[in-house]
Amino acid sequence: MIIDTILSGDRPRSRLLGALLMAAFLALAFAPFLFPGTKALGVASRICIFIVLAASYDIVLGYTGIVSFAHAMFFGIGAYGVAIALSNLPVGWGAIFIGLGGALVVSAVLAVAIGFISLRLRALYFSMMTLALASFALIVATQLRDITGGEDGLTFSLPHLLAVSYRPFAAPVLGVRIDGRIVTYYLVFTAATALFLLMLRIVNSPFGRVLQAIRENEFRAQALGFSVVLHRTLAGTIGALMATCAGALLALVLRYNGPSASLSFEIMVDSILLMTVVGGMGTLYGPLLGAIVIVLAQYYLQPGMAALAEWTDGVPLLPHLFNPDRWLLWLGVLFVLIVYFFPTGLVGRMRGWTEPDE
Amino acid sequence: MPILETRALTIRFGGHVAVNAVSCAFEAGTLTAIVGPNGAGKTTFFNLVSGQLPASDGQVIFKGEDITALGPHLRTRRGLGRAFQLTNLFPNLTVLENVRLAVQARLHPRVDLFSMAARHRELLDAAHGYLDRVSLGHRARTRASVLSHGDQRKLEVALMLALEPDVFMFDEPTAGMSVDEVPVLLDLIEAIKQDTSKTILLVEHKMDVVRRLADRIVVLVNGTLVADGKPAEVVALPVVQEAYLGIRRKEAAHG
Repeated sequence: MIIDTILSGDRPRSRLLGALLMAAFLALAFAPFLFPGTKALGVASRICIFIVLAASYDIVLGYTGIVSFAHAMFFGIGAYGVAIALSNLPVGWGAIFIGLGGALVVSAVLAVAIGFISLRLRALYFSMMTLALASFALIVATQLRDITGGEDGLTFSLPHLLAVSYRPFAAPVLGVRIDGRIVTYYLVFTAATALFLLMLRIVNSPFGRVLQAIRENEFRAQALGFSVVLHRTLAGTIGALMATCAGALLALVLRYNGPSASLSFEIMVDSILLMTVVGGMGTLYGPLLGAIVIVLAQYYLQPGMAALAEWTDGVPLLPHLFNPDRWLLWLGVLFVLIVYFFPTGLVGRMRGWTEPDE
Repeated sequence: MPILETRALTIRFGGHVAVNAVSCAFEAGTLTAIVGPNGAGKTTFFNLVSGQLPASDGQVIFKGEDITALGPHLRTRRGLGRAFQLTNLFPNLTVLENVRLAVQARLHPRVDLFSMAARHRELLDAAHGYLDRVSLGHRARTRASVLSHGDQRKLEVALMLALEPDVFMFDEPTAGMSVDEVPVLLDLIEAIKQDTSKTILLVEHKMDVVRRLADRIVVLVNGTLVADGKPAEVVALPVVQEAYLGIRRKEAAHG
């Protein structure tokens, strides 16, 4: 019962998925001790953040059926909110909350505006409009140099507790010296866990059920008495606010924010969209797995290929295939294969093994 | 005062007038059959009343209120229930969830983000009740898309029952059903009819069904109301013989 309350009754419904989720949770919970080192900690933070970001996109794309390319914009707004506040205000928790609060307000206003515009446009034109809006956001961020730092972005300091130099314990804990980076990681991990569980609750609430009904048959949902406009706009706004929170967490981890870190099309397409589709739309667990798989691939495919190339040195052709410069090619092949063979994503596939259609 | 009334209700698609100045009042507690040849505008008339199409002219008055400008979801909330001719379900959700959504629309209409839908037992129990009424209880866990055509029609009706409307609009509820499935639906419509506070509008082709159920028949031809009265009188009218039954005979000859 308590598990059902935490997971909002949305059980993995597949042993393999359940085991993977448990393993991922434990690995992330103890990441600083299991995988010591700055790079590993950065990867773990990025996984936590992108889980929230991809899941927030799933509320929009998977649960509501809205194809928006402006989702990275909300991520960027969150990151810029914190970055701008910490660059201009006295460094402290107050600045972080002011930055996050301001970013949430901006995101909410934009999301509601997008929701109303979507009423006037058909699906394809709406997607085009979001693409234009994303371009516009990128241009604004690079052009308003005085505020955003332009192409270079903003570098800032964090409150004492999160600063790299902070040492809560004199001696190492479990062989790891605890510093502000690890404190920041646990802040990110806790926030990501809470936000993910909150989203899981929302998609399994009466509201979430209406979203699924609208995705399935908008016309009929309306005929039952549900306001499609209200539910769509609210779903878009919730997704936007969650993405904004993820962006704020990113800024804290990087201690920096710039256009390529949080606002680029690479983030939108190579990360958010792929994670959601590869993992399995409309499941929330799918984007979670997708975020893990893709962040790991982005960080470890290239060094892994370098090792393979070295190992196969002397064998004809193979070292060339595994040349680390070709890692993006392999990443592309991997995605095409996953999407081709698992059209419902990794989670859809796993659940398919355990629940045959009636 | 009639519970539902249309006043010169009209819709034009370009130059084509699909429903032409139809004025018709429906008294509470009656069952009115709306008949007419294919393409007479019966379903279009329904769409104007329930709000799926915006009227070009005229008004829809429901419970004394002009609802012409309201969207379909607001008409539903005021008590206007509609079952569709072409089955119109949530195909990838379970049969139970289809009905549960309709129950939720009525009993739990507020936006609720933070409670668990699965813990609202009262909604699930009510949904099971409606499924039993259309004898679909045993298919509760099935996905709606894999139901047989007849079962999908029953589910369609269950969605409307779950809304507990004051006016039920059935659009050819028995179309495409096998012979042994039809009585379940007709019994259901008769059961609703027993409740004198409920009003039924029924679009139906089968004259035996119409004669069995209807208190009154309204005939539409080319979007115009050509006859309106007691079943025996209406069927005897020359205009009906010619326009409606005549065409039906021709169709039968072609078929």
